[in-house]
Amino acid sequence: MLLNALIDLIPELNKAFLETIYMVAISLCIAILIGLPLGILLFVTDRGLFLENNIVKSVLGFAVNLIRSIPFVILLVGLLPLTRLITGTTIGPTAASVSLSVAAIPFFARIVETSLREIEKGVIEAAIAVGATPWMIIKDVLLSEARPGIVHGITITTISLVGYSAMAGIVGGGGIGDLAIRFGYYRYDNTVMITTIVVLICLVQIIQFSGERIARLVDKR
Amino acid sequence: MIEIKDVTKIYTSKNRQVIGVDHVSLTIQAGEIFGVIGYSGAGKSTLLRCLNLLERPTSGQIMIDGVDLTSLNSEQLRQARLKIGMIFQHFYLVSSKTVFENIAFALKAANKPKEEIEKRVNELLDIVGLSDKRDAYPAQLSGGQKQRVGIARALANDPNVLLCDEATSALDPSTTKSILTLLKKINRELGITIVLITHEMEVVKDICDRVAVMQNGKIIELGTVYELFTNPKEELTKSFINSILQFEIPEHLLQKRTGTMVKILFKGESAEEAIVSDMLQTFKVKGNILHGKIEYIQNIPLGVFIMELTGERKEVERALDYISERTNGLEVIAHAA
Ligand SMILES: Nc1ncnc2c1ncn2[C@@H]1O[C@H](COP(=O)(O)OP(=O)(O)O)[C@@H](O)[C@H]1O
Ligand SMILES: [Mg+2]
Repeated sequence: MLLNALIDLIPELNKAFLETIYMVAISLCIAILIGLPLGILLFVTDRGLFLENNIVKSVLGFAVNLIRSIPFVILLVGLLPLTRLITGTTIGPTAASVSLSVAAIPFFARIVETSLREIEKGVIEAAIAVGATPWMIIKDVLLSEARPGIVHGITITTISLVGYSAMAGIVGGGGIGDLAIRFGYYRYDNTVMITTIVVLICLVQIIQFSGERIARLVDKR
Repeated sequence: MIEIKDVTKIYTSKNRQVIGVDHVSLTIQAGEIFGVIGYSGAGKSTLLRCLNLLERPTSGQIMIDGVDLTSLNSEQLRQARLKIGMIFQHFYLVSSKTVFENIAFALKAANKPKEEIEKRVNELLDIVGLSDKRDAYPAQLSGGQKQRVGIARALANDPNVLLCDEATSALDPSTTKSILTLLKKINRELGITIVLITHEMEVVKDICDRVAVMQNGKIIELGTVYELFTNPKEELTKSFINSILQFEIPEHLLQKRTGTMVKILFKGESAEEAIVSDMLQTFKVKGNILHGKIEYIQNIPLGVFIMELTGERKEVERALDYISERTNGLEVIAHAA
């Protein structure tokens, strides 16, 4: 009986799983694409660094904090006009990816900034003393030295996105979390609830495990 | 030639001002090894970092070969830095890059083509004796080897000047010697001017031509290393020198002593033994050498002996006058009991 219920669930679960992967993948790509340069900018414009710029630093820092302080559910709804502008619709996983990306960008940017901060200042100074250009320092020193930290950051961001994507159901985003809430929570269907939770647990474990492996691989320290 | 013209560096934090360098003027000749010695916090690193504008002086100028670094724009300054190498106490290598890549980085900064970088890095590895570590990561190297990589990186673009910030302070004595030997070789063979800062007189003694003593952001004494060793004026200078010429006479010897204990300094070519043996023959005193040491500073011998002289007081005094006239320093440590 339980087995039958599970087999019945497979198509639904499969669809939800793909939706989750889809939303997380899109938002992660955008978070990295925009969050990485943003994180670098937050770092290199800081006081005493080679592109010190108080105005840029303050404006970006404020914007990042602003977005990060808004609860995700509110962001999700509040960004509906923007979502319509970008994707032409406000429902479905593509639409949900907009607010997921907006939330993930500053989150990831701060992680990048923090891992850059852990680089010994002397190493950056040695590069300046050698006559390196700012771009060389960013590419060959900052990104190279912070690689393990950034990989960790990507892992954490991915896992957070899996969590946040559950709320995407509110705008009809779908995904596993949405399935768990719709069937498991509202309809007291324990089979669905437990199955989805097990799938989520596995997903998060796999992401964490792979992330750690990759981080170790790129760590030469 | 490096001219430091009335350089002052003041750090301003919230409500305090800290003076790092206080109105320092100095001229460092092309081709010399110039040392700056001082205790921690004296302002040595700040002064050194002003030389390539890692620290921008609050006031004053840094002239290198006639160019005022403080007047350059950022691109000109970057070009100037290609010709000023720098090495650090903690090496500061990029840990995620191999030895080869660390050195190649400096050449990339000078826009060198790939083949030339390849060739030059191998050349540099040869100079610093690390050819077999080409593909190692810094974590796989000893401290001395890391400093050699640092030196190779600093020399990559044929600099005229090499700045060394406590380059040997994190190394054990034998590695320190080997790095100092390498620095000296670089200075002599490549003609690179070296400015080094240190808190160890041993380093100054081993390789410097001239030295400045720094305290509270100021240069308080300056001269050739030999001059400073043989004729120190300031207390601080003396204390640095004593760290090398220091003799601890065991307490029981001091207790047993009956005669006059003296410390004699022989400088340069004064034939040290001859003077002592002449003295012993001329006067009716007995001499007993308790301790003796000859240091070679810039290849000139500097001898220090601690002797106990016994005999009639008059004779001892005449003997002391005799020595005093013929040597460059006589210090009575303790009079006859
Ligand atoms: N970045 C800085 N900010 C504020 N004070 C500094 C800074 N760097 C050095 N100082 C101060 O300047 C003085 C000289 O420091 P430093 O040049 O590092 O001395 P040294 O290298 O001789 O040990 C010290 O009092 C130190 O606290
Ligand atoms: Mg220092």
